[in-house]
Amino acid sequence: MTTAKISFREISKTYPLKDTVFTALDRVSLDIADEEFVTVVGPSGCGKSTLMSMAAGLVEPTGGEVLVDGAPVTGPGPDRGVIFQQYALFPWLTVRKNVEFGLRLAGLAPEERRARAERAIELVGLADFADALPKMLSGGMKQRCAIARAYAVNPRVLLMDEPFGALDALTRVQLQDQLLHTWSQERRTVMFITHDVDEAVYLARRVVVMAARPGRIHKIVDVDLPYPRTEEMRLSPEFSGIRAEVWHSVYHQAPAA
Amino acid sequence: MTVVTASPQKTSARPDGRRAARKPRRTIALNLLAVAIGLGLWTLLASVGVQGLPGPLTVAARGGELIADGTLLGDVLASLRRVFVGFALGTLLAIPVGFLMGWYATARGLLEPYIQFFRTIPPLAIIPLAIVLMGIGEVPKVFVIFLAAFLSSVVSTFQGVVDVDKTLINAARVLGASDRTIFLKVVVPASTPFILVGMRIGLGSAWGTLVAAELIAAQEGLGFRMQQAQLYYDLSTIFVGLIAIGVLGLVMDRLLLLAERRLTGWQERR
Repeated sequence: MTTAKISFREISKTYPLKDTVFTALDRVSLDIADEEFVTVVGPSGCGKSTLMSMAAGLVEPTGGEVLVDGAPVTGPGPDRGVIFQQYALFPWLTVRKNVEFGLRLAGLAPEERRARAERAIELVGLADFADALPKMLSGGMKQRCAIARAYAVNPRVLLMDEPFGALDALTRVQLQDQLLHTWSQERRTVMFITHDVDEAVYLARRVVVMAARPGRIHKIVDVDLPYPRTEEMRLSPEFSGIRAEVWHSVYHQAPAA
Repeated sequence: MTVVTASPQKTSARPDGRRAARKPRRTIALNLLAVAIGLGLWTLLASVGVQGLPGPLTVAARGGELIADGTLLGDVLASLRRVFVGFALGTLLAIPVGFLMGWYATARGLLEPYIQFFRTIPPLAIIPLAIVLMGIGEVPKVFVIFLAAFLSSVVSTFQGVVDVDKTLINAARVLGASDRTIFLKVVVPASTPFILVGMRIGLGSAWGTLVAAELIAAQEGLGFRMQQAQLYYDLSTIFVGLIAIGVLGLVMDRLLLLAERRLTGWQERR
């Protein structure tokens, strides 16, 4: 892995407190390969979302640097799509207008914009709701719309911050399968933050387990299961084994020295 | 009419639910019943001879006279003109100032002390100063109404800009939006509900300030007419004036509410 798509190098994030310094992230290094699907799990406060936000360019590290395609990240940009847990749809715009938002900014011609939005909306199965306002949509549909909005601008990197965290278990499984399905059609580099061990193992090629206080990488678990992932796989002993390994490293972390 | 609150809290700034849009028949019947009972009580009080109190019919007759000779129309137009000019100037200035304060910390730091200070002074208390500085023409009346409308809308607009969901701004940023685009495409629409609530409150304050402003040597207007009537112990005319003020206020408030519904129908209501 000589050319990592995303490279976190010795990333630190500290916040000054009254008389001490709080270390949210302590010299974290991680390389994510092109077209790789990586999930990051860890207890709350381990800095997993912060790490992702740095790749998005929304948060600046206090030490180290994040490289995307070998160039340091200086701010947000349409080459990296971000999916937020709270959907973050513009409530005054229809599904279609939401999806077209980024395309408009990219200065696409109206026909091209229309066509690409149409395609993204179809990809996430929202064609029947293209002209609905977000308030008409269920949580799962809102998140699908947000995913379509990110896909539409065709970013090479997808950064997902607990995107299915607020959804019910059934919807979550459906969206996981849909996400893997679209990823198998159009490979992108995905960094997916979650607190759900099952989800982390099911989606990823590698699961990064983080630890808190200070935020650091505890362990990286390889998921040696082929894609496409299936329901049988989810219920297989191999899956259970990997799941158990991740579970243990998340919930039975030795306290930091 | 909207209650003239000094500080629109976040909760009260949420526009009314849609419940009011489609009242069940029962509620309408109850509303009408309440009005009928009120009129009945009024008639009763007048007939048992509460000192000088005219009954509804007397007031209606007086209203008819005032309409017939054109006095009421003239007064209403004079009052409405003042309110609209003051209100329009007030909100037109309040919206950009509110945006400035919400968007730039510097502008907020410079303007907030003045806004907060003048907000604590009832606009009516400005009247003596306004008369001394601006004479007794239309200017001081409109000015006081302007001030009332401005101060109530500016705070609401400012609050709306400050309260824009940070995630929405981030969502626009990661799609490549510049600060200018974020302002125009995210901050402005996201704060529209607050601006409209501010406008409703502003209109309430403007209307509420009107009568007192018309005490400044006016020649016509609902406030002036009532003031005149008071001198002659003409209670019927006072009642006509009060009812006209109430009805007009209600109509204006409903119109703004309608605009609000049209413009902010996208809001999720819990």
